This record gives sequence, C-alpha cells and structure tokens, in this order.
Amino acid sequence: MTRRPSGAQEQVSRLLSLLPYLLSHPNSRVADVARLFGVSEQQILRDLNVLWFSGLPGLAMGDYIEVDMEAAEGEGVINVSNADYLARPLRLGTDEALALVVALRTLAAMPGTYDRSAVDRTITKLECAAGAAAERAAAVRVEVDGDAVAGVASTVRRALDEKRRLHLSYWVPGRDETTERDVDPMRLALADGRLYLEGWCRRAESVRLFRLDRVAGIALLDVPADVPRQARSRDLSAGIFQPSPDDLLVTLVLEPAGRWVADYYPCETADEIGAGRLRVTVRVGDPPWMRRLALRLGGTGRIVDPPDLAADTMADARAALDAYATAGALESDRRAEAS
Amino acid sequence: MPTQAKSERLMNLVICLLVSRTFVPKSRIRQIVGGYGEQSDEAFERMFERDKDDLRELGIPIQTGSNDPSGDEEPGYSIRRQDFELPEIHLEPDEAAVLGLAARVWQHASLAAATSRAVLKLRAAGVDTDTGALAAVEPRVAVEEPAFWPLWEAVRDRRPVTFQHRKAAGDAPARRHLQPWGVQSWHGRWYVVGYDVDRAAPRLFRLSRIVGGVEPVGAPGSYTVPAPAVIRTAADALVPPRQRNLARVRVRRGCGYGLRRRAVTAQRGDGWDLLTVPYADSSVLADEVAGYGADVVLIEPDEVRRRVVERLRAVVGEPA
Repeated sequence: MTRRPSGAQEQVSRLLSLLPYLLSHPNSRVADVARLFGVSEQQILRDLNVLWFSGLPGLAMGDYIEVDMEAAEGEGVINVSNADYLARPLRLGTDEALALVVALRTLAAMPGTYDRSAVDRTITKLECAAGAAAERAAAVRVEVDGDAVAGVASTVRRALDEKRRLHLSYWVPGRDETTERDVDPMRLALADGRLYLEGWCRRAESVRLFRLDRVAGIALLDVPADVPRQARSRDLSAGIFQPSPDDLLVTLVLEPAGRWVADYYPCETADEIGAGRLRVTVRVGDPPWMRRLALRLGGTGRIVDPPDLAADTMADARAALDAYATAGALESDRRAEAS
Repeated sequence: MPTQAKSERLMNLVICLLVSRTFVPKSRIRQIVGGYGEQSDEAFERMFERDKDDLRELGIPIQTGSNDPSGDEEPGYSIRRQDFELPEIHLEPDEAAVLGLAARVWQHASLAAATSRAVLKLRAAGVDTDTGALAAVEPRVAVEEPAFWPLWEAVRDRRPVTFQHRKAAGDAPARRHLQPWGVQSWHGRWYVVGYDVDRAAPRLFRLSRIVGGVEPVGAPGSYTVPAPAVIRTAADALVPPRQRNLARVRVRRGCGYGLRRRAVTAQRGDGWDLLTVPYADSSVLADEVAGYGADVVLIEPDEVRRRVVERLRAVVGEPA
C-alpha cells in the first residue's frame, strides 16, 4: 500500500515544479501562483523560504538560490534566480502519465466535443514526453457512448459554439413518451460513460439533463439561445442519479433473482429478510418508472409500499395480460385464415 | 519548523546529486548537504536512508554506483539529468485546451491529484494549459469502488492479487487469485480483467462485488500481460452480444421508443405500429417488453412471448 506523502515530500514535489515555473515566469504574483498550485499564499511564501535556504552543495556565498523575499512578502511579486540547474521540472511519474493519457483517450472516444486530431496529437506528444511511464496506459480503459450518438453530439456542439436554441424530440423512459421541447444548451457532459446535454428546458422552465442516446430527433433552430441568469449547472460529481428528499419512498422485496436491483439503483436502506431475500427502499422521482421496473422484475421483486403503487402495477400487468389474450385470439384467427 | 528543515535538506540533496558529474559517496554527502553534519552516525544513517526513500517515492531516479568499479572506493549516489528532467514538450493552443480538459476528467482523489501534478509540471515546462477553453464540455469519470486503487496499482506494477468476490449480488463471496491485465469501465461500472490463477483462464470481475481488501500476493512484474487483442476478447462479455434474432412487436403509437429506435422495419397500423426488432437474448427482451405493460405486445417468436406472459402472470400472482 502507498503511504500518504509526508508534508516535506509534498512540499519538495511542489518545489520541483514551482522553481522552474518561477524561473521562466519572472515577476509572477504570489496570488496567481498560489491559485495555480492550489495552495494558500502563506504556503507559497513558506515554499520560497525553503528555496532561499537551498543551493549548490557546500552552500558557500553565491551558492544559494536567490529569492527576493522582501518583494514577495511586501509587494507580492516573486523573482528567483541563480538556480539554472533546476530550470526544468521532474519528468512525469507513472501515475501522472497514466492518469493523463487515460483521460485523454476517454476524450478521444467522446464524440462531438472538439477536434479529434488535437486529442490524438496531444496523446502522441505526452507519450513521447512520459516515455515508459505511459506504456501501461492501455491497461486502463473507459468505454463511452461513441458512434451511436455522434450525430446528435455534433449538432449539440454546434449549438453550443453558435449559442443557438435546439429542438429535441426526447424519449422519457419512465413515462415511455417522446416529448417535444426547445432547449437552450449549456454544456455537453460525460457521466457514467454516457453523453448528456445540459440545458435550459423551455418547457420545464428549469435546467435539465438529456441523455443523448434518448434523443429521437434534434434540430438546430435559427433562434439565439437564451439561458436565464438563474440557471445553474448541476454538480455532476455526486453522479447523474440524484434522488431528492421530495421523491416518493418505495419499498421493494427482492427475491434472490431480483437482487441485482440493489446493485444498479442507489438504495436508502437494504435489509436481509431471510431465504436470500432483500428488502430495499428506493427514492423514486418518477413513479411510472418504478411500475415499469416492477413489471420487468416479473415477480422477482415486488412493490410492498406504497400500496397504491403496488395496486397500479398489478393493474398494469392485468391490462397487459388482457392485451395478450386479445392478440392471441387475433393471432389464431389469422392463422386459421391462412390455413 | 521540522517540515521546513526537512524540505531544505531534501532540496539540497537533490541539487547535490543532480549537479555532480560523478557518484557522490555517502560520507561526502554528509559533509556538504546541510542538515546531516550535526547528526550522530546512527541518526545520519537512518535519516539518509529515509530521505532517499522519500525522494524515490516522488519519482526522483537516484542511482547507486561507483566511479571506479574495479577499485574498492566507497559507492556513491547520483541523479542522471536525462532521467530526471521532463523532456522538451510543446503544445499548440488547441492541444493545450484539450489537456486542460483532460485534467478535469477524473473524479477520484488520487487520480485527480496525479493529473494536477502532471499539469503543473507541464506548466513549469512552459506549456500553457488552457483551463478556460472548452468550458462547455464537462467530461467526468467517476470511481467509487474502493477496490479500484489497489487494482490500478497492481495493473501498473504487474503484481498478482487476491480478493473476495461475490459472483452475484446474493452469493457468498469466494476467494480469487488474479494476475490483473487491466481495469475498465463500462457505463460507469468498473471491472478488472485478468488471468484467474485458480480457474486457469481469463476472467472479468466487477469491482463493486469485491468484498474487503485487495492484497498483493507476489512480486511486481512477476507475470506477463497478453496482447491487447487477447485482453479485448476476454473483456468482450461487457459489450452487448450481437443481435442476431428478430422479434415482431405491436407498439402503441407514441410509445416504446426504446424498441422503435432499433427497429429494422416499421409498419403503420391503426393506433398501433408493427415493428421488427433485433435481439440477442430472449430473457432480456422479455424483461424489456414486460416493462412496457399493455403498450407493447410481442407477437413472435412464441418462446419470447411465453416468457413475457410468464413475467406478467408472476406480477399478478397467477401460476405461470
């Protein structure tokens, strides 16, 4: 197991990038450097203080790295010199090269985002610079929705670039409806390996995420996009599926064959109730979606609460069975005619 | 301020080993690198060993050797500049924009930190990564499974591992021994593919089904990884199988988009459309069709139709 780097290790790691940066960027401002390196201004001053006491072996007069501490502390401007032997940063570590190359390959597989050739060129240059460290990058792969949504993605990208409104025919699986709506695009997002358009939906009058593989039709309108000032992008770091406390709380009992549900959907609670059965509670924003899931489960999972949702699901199944009975009759009529 | 003193010592050690054209003996290091001189023999030995380890962990290539291999001179230490420095790299503005975007991809603390460090190194080398451009694109790759990091390290170092894994959600976990070849994500779920030592065959494991820790059980570099094509075949189970069969379904107008978008033929009827839909697995298709309730009726083949009706009967509690 890797142990946590010590404070000094972290500081030295930063200094080996900070020093070449400062040598090639004279008169940098403490505040800008702090922001770039993701540390406080105080920390940058402490870092400079370490450099001030470092230098060529022996540390005689003239061996020390020159740091204008007065200007850094007073005017907030950094000037460092007499350290040409550390003018270049440390080469990329294996994790660094790997993380970056895998991220770039993921971008390369994501259609409609930017010029593919720019990604490929960047990967080649980085692989060159990283050397052997990048070779293992092939061992880590992120599969993303690719060609299947390429057409829709490129239209979305154009709308974003040209700041134009889009018209979408969008399938809502919970209600199994294709809805028509105008959307002012805000972002193209990749989450959980799928592509999404985030935009201001003029029908819902709020920010919505649209999964590109559910877009049945898309048209670029000759209308400028008009995203209201109050529109806020969603924080995707918590995942796409974000249950709200206002959502309906549904209790399901899962048979052993239906336990996969607990793997696929975030459950509020999950209790073993014997014989391999699991009782789970799930927050559901869209009750018809849960009815569909219960039909799919075909008895390997049952809604036990709320009771009216359970009753609705039973009614759905009966209606479907009736449809089969009727279709079955029609089918045998047709066969009788044919014979 | 102990951190300050240690950081100074480490910096001075790096500079000393980097600027010297020859291997620097330990005794000489003790004389010329600040912070070592005032230590007792024993304290110096401990401190110096620890410092070398700390620097190597940061990726600094400290070599051990002797200037005179035939003589009995004390061995010394050195850092070769070409192993230490980031080679020249220059990115065009569009490449810099892409790199800035790549730096935002990982939603995993260690990987996000690794990409930030890499980007800082590139910036220090004069590459102006552009974090503002492409702001309208938000690519995120999340990693929530605790087994990810130890497996990443195992794949990186080619080190065999063992872990407990549940085959299905309800099963008891079983111990597995794996030579991991790669980790990959499919629709947000992470898997490890590798050679299962107990079963003597390639296997794929879902990370969220790994129970407890992932432990190394061998030396780094103790196995070889097959060609990418072999790994791909082993991981093919992730990709949906080819849809070779055809089903006929009646779909109510305005419904069943999931089926409509992959239908190969569609015939308009009175309020209903008749679609031909390719499928791979009759059980998967039956699940999907059952989910549509009365809005979709599967006509053919009979085998799938029976399965749909079975599911619906189970829901209402009728015997199949």
